[in-house]
Amino acid sequence: MGETAPRQRAIITVASKPVMPPYIKMRHDAGRNRWLILAPERLFDPDEIAVAILKLCDGERTVGEIVEVMSKEYNAPAEEIEADIIAMFQDLADKGVVKA
Amino acid sequence: MNESAPTHAKHVKESTVTMDAGEMRCDAASSPTPDPSCVVRAPIGLLAELTHRCPLQCPYCSNPLELEKGNTELTTAEWQKVMREAAQLGILQVHLSGGEPTARRDLEEIVTTAAENGLYTNLITAAVLLKRDRLEKLKACGLDHVQISIQDVDTQAENADRIGGYKGGSAKKKEVAGWVRELGMPLTINAPIHRHNINSVEAIINYAVELGAGRVEIAHVQYYAWALKNRGSLMPTREAFMTAARVVERERERLKGIIVIDSVVPDYYAKFPKPCMGGWGKGIINVTPSGRVLPCHAAESITHLQFDSVRDRPLADIWLNGSAFQKYRGTEWMKEPCRTCPRREIDFGGCRCQAFALTGDAANTDPACSLSPMHEEWAKVADVESHQIPPDFIYRRPGGATPKPAVQKAPVSSDA
Repeated sequence: MGETAPRQRAIITVASKPVMPPYIKMRHDAGRNRWLILAPERLFDPDEIAVAILKLCDGERTVGEIVEVMSKEYNAPAEEIEADIIAMFQDLADKGVVKA
Repeated sequence: MNESAPTHAKHVKESTVTMDAGEMRCDAASSPTPDPSCVVRAPIGLLAELTHRCPLQCPYCSNPLELEKGNTELTTAEWQKVMREAAQLGILQVHLSGGEPTARRDLEEIVTTAAENGLYTNLITAAVLLKRDRLEKLKACGLDHVQISIQDVDTQAENADRIGGYKGGSAKKKEVAGWVRELGMPLTINAPIHRHNINSVEAIINYAVELGAGRVEIAHVQYYAWALKNRGSLMPTREAFMTAARVVERERERLKGIIVIDSVVPDYYAKFPKPCMGGWGKGIINVTPSGRVLPCHAAESITHLQFDSVRDRPLADIWLNGSAFQKYRGTEWMKEPCRTCPRREIDFGGCRCQAFALTGDAANTDPACSLSPMHEEWAKVADVESHQIPPDFIYRRPGGATPKPAVQKAPVSSDA
């Protein structure tokens, strides 16, 4: 069996290592000058912050480490952005856009 | 119509381009503030009907009653040109459909060109013609996603095969779904829902989970073309529909994070008309087997429209300037009550083809809308037909739409 459809819901924590499976494609759409996430019969429209976060997802970095990087990059306290980032990953995991 | 749970994550907005055997929707339009300047922007999806040939004979097929013949189909080189032109136009996703797209021996070449040009490729298949090594080849050519239609669950294989008019189809589909997952490809199960399988909705969802699908479409049949011909056989009762809708709601919650459940409702039982293609000439472009370019797969039923061919004009020129696309694009063409309706850029007055078929004028309000003067009469049809004994199927086959009319039977009170 492949691993594209987890039969258990992945619950995102700071220890999770999210990654976009190969069939989820984030690309820059030059014509519309925006980033897009292409998924099976779906499209997602990430904002600048989501793009920055998703670019950090390599299946090695933990959510906690991603929070740290983002905290430095955007000069925002980690404890303030952590819940937001976890919520975003949970939503994307539920939609099959990231695996963790 | 696609009620997704409210999201906490505001950083990633979702738009949906969903298809089922009967209807394609682009829910990008469900965002509350559509941008009027984007009316002529590039389409997101290309529905490429590679052929109308199909081993199955589903009585709700979305292909037109007049099926295009094999010898009129675009050549390999012509389809490859369509893929290149689609990518240049800004199209992002291509849905390789039919008929049965795997009936084309050159599917690999078409997929390769689409993938090389950056298109996200989706194969919409009945699966019964697929062999494992061909699926592997398609994956290697860059195929991104496979959608397999089913008629019922495997434990109801006889019913499934009766609906599709293809013996052994149910078992074969299960086998192919297994290969898709073994190859690590994402799988969607599409289940057109009607009177003959509506009691299986819960079982179908569980079957999709068992098959390893990441998505399942509970796609209530949309009543155009063959499905309209067979409406008396296919229309479920309102009660059956409501029960199925509750099952979907419950299972969506229970299976959160395990499988995504999309649902397309029959507009006979919907509150508002469905947004025709998310707006005519707005998000989707459709190319028929012979290369005719349509704003939606049913558009040829509007008899006064003229359609251009990819053989004669570049795709972008047809999209921007083709008369069929211009005709109902935006809101300028609308009459009252659509013209001043606050929902005019949400549901676009409903479906142009349905308005034409039932009122004789495609610019009228779709009778599915409660503001249409024909609405009550139209809505009653579903209630009456769904309580009658279903007539035999008129199976989808070349020339099949015209022969003997179905035998008239007396209405009875109990559902079959």
